[in-house]
Amino acid sequence: MTTTTPTVPTGTQRTGATPTRVGRVRRRLNSPVASLVSIVIAVVWTVPTFGLFVSSFRPEDEIKTTGWWTFFTNPQFTLENYQEVLFGRSASSGQLASYFINSLAITIPSVLFPLAFAALAAYALAWMNFRGRDWVYIAIFALQIVPLQMALVPLLRFFSAGVTVAGVQVLPAWDLVDEQKFAQVWFAHTCFALPLAVFLLHNFISQLPGDLMEAARVDGASHPKIFRTIVLPLITPALAAFGIFQFLWVWNDLLVALIFAGGNDETAPLTVRLAEMAGTRGNEWQRLTAGAFVSIVVPLIVFLSLQRYFVRGLLAGSVKG
Amino acid sequence: MEFDFAEEQPKFLMLMYGLIAFVAVVGGLLLLLDVVPAWFARRREAQLVAASASGAPLPRRRQREGFLALFFLLPTLLLLVVGLVVPAIRTTLLSFMDKDSDQWVGLQNYGWMFSDGSIVRVLVNTLVWVLLVPLVATTIGLLYAVMVDRARFEAVAKSLIFMPMAISFVGASIIWKFVYAYRGDEQEQIGLLNQIVVSLGGEPKQWLLESPLNTLLLIVIMVWIQAGFAMVVLSAAIKAIPADIVEAARLDGVTSWQMFWRITLPSIRPALIVVVVTITIATLKVFDIVRTSTNGNYDTSVIANEMYNQAFRYGENGQGSALAVVLFILVIPIVIYQIRNLRQQREG
Repeated sequence: MTTTTPTVPTGTQRTGATPTRVGRVRRRLNSPVASLVSIVIAVVWTVPTFGLFVSSFRPEDEIKTTGWWTFFTNPQFTLENYQEVLFGRSASSGQLASYFINSLAITIPSVLFPLAFAALAAYALAWMNFRGRDWVYIAIFALQIVPLQMALVPLLRFFSAGVTVAGVQVLPAWDLVDEQKFAQVWFAHTCFALPLAVFLLHNFISQLPGDLMEAARVDGASHPKIFRTIVLPLITPALAAFGIFQFLWVWNDLLVALIFAGGNDETAPLTVRLAEMAGTRGNEWQRLTAGAFVSIVVPLIVFLSLQRYFVRGLLAGSVKG
Repeated sequence: MEFDFAEEQPKFLMLMYGLIAFVAVVGGLLLLLDVVPAWFARRREAQLVAASASGAPLPRRRQREGFLALFFLLPTLLLLVVGLVVPAIRTTLLSFMDKDSDQWVGLQNYGWMFSDGSIVRVLVNTLVWVLLVPLVATTIGLLYAVMVDRARFEAVAKSLIFMPMAISFVGASIIWKFVYAYRGDEQEQIGLLNQIVVSLGGEPKQWLLESPLNTLLLIVIMVWIQAGFAMVVLSAAIKAIPADIVEAARLDGVTSWQMFWRITLPSIRPALIVVVVTITIATLKVFDIVRTSTNGNYDTSVIANEMYNQAFRYGENGQGSALAVVLFILVIPIVIYQIRNLRQQREG
């Protein structure tokens, strides 16, 4: 079924799309084919997650010997998997509680810093007059395309060896140990987030009514004052949108954490630990299923409760351009 | 042994330092921004008084804004230069050097890429990803957006497809790995896919070990995540089509088929391009899925994964950097296309 997922909808496009246009115009969906296809897609999109969720509550030997669908004929429920994967102390258990805290400690500052810096920069680029403004904006916009892979090796060296120009040590190494390495991750995430953040917030800020700014200027308000008292309150939805975006990105990130946080329980976030467990303990499904859900639950709550902002931000960023 | 909360305290302390640093930096900057203009305002006032007294032309206002703007932009510019611009230039240089970055080796790292069979395979895999994921994810997203538009349970239906966006690539990979899980012929299957195959009378397979099928199965994961994004953006675009256009077309008696191709598709074309471009770029950089599912084994590796392996596992900085540069070069034409489109849109 899953292998045919990509081809089934493509094949049914012709039959599915035609009645649906009618449906849209009549403001009601009444084509059985369209309903059927959309239900199939919805099922394929939900069943894998649902299966994992059900499995995470099944006892170990049940998970390993029978499919999760047998749960409905032979329900057996346990919270042991979660207990084990969160708080278990043996090396093979997850110890995920520790990593959960790491994820939090990494994510919060990594959201706040780019948000604040980008808002300031976006305001300057939108409403202050200075020479080369457009060029600075285009440069920042263009940086969005630099894959973060381009920055990884030198940035890691920047942290571990500092900066030397022609044999002279200009900046010392950061020499961070254990939980101090969070600072590296914050730094990296902030740098990588800024181009998109400036772009999104600039889109929003530049669309604020010019009359408003003009009036404030005439009243003698300075730029910092306008920024704090007029712009910031008005762009709260945009800030929320980007905040959620960045939160999901950082919480779910694997690559940056893998390189800058190291792999132990002092600093590594949930994703790093889970990827490791999937590799070395790929058949310990009782831990993987519960572990995956521990990592999913926070972004899912954030996402579902703030979906409206998120969608708005997504649209502002991608459609308006 | 139980989980020891006290052991976690240094982390919270570090988090607190981070937050204090945030308040200090941002608060300090705002304070500075308040003080500096006030000082300038006083000076300007003095200048104005002097100027009006002597009848000289009024001093220009522009320069001051430039200076102030610098402060607004300072943290962003500084971080971008240190964290992105300089490293990107260095990576480009490193790609022409050997693995310890001591000696210049010219184009050797690029030559290696196209001569080593396993790396050629990586490039081909990346190409397959980039061709399939945007196409399939956008098609499914568009179909679904059109089909659930104004349906009774539209909000719920959209949330279901959109939800994978909140799940990490790592989490998604585990979810799908469980779907692909394999048990021997004689045992009961625990993976959904094998169970379906078996109940249809087939043999269970080790899906993730069989090339090239395994790459397609990993692509399914990416499609699963990205289709929701496509659906949301396209759905919003469809809703933004003015009702009178649709109404006028209906009065002219077009069929629904024509309506889709002549009205809907052209109207949402800008959104469609944005979706395809965004997904393409995300796909080019895909790393987590491959690493979590197969670790790049069994012929499934892609550029981003190979780059990580070369640079951070084998210590081959030159070859890793060369792969990063290739990734960058592949993104450029897509972005140029995107920018040209944006410009047309603005002018139009």
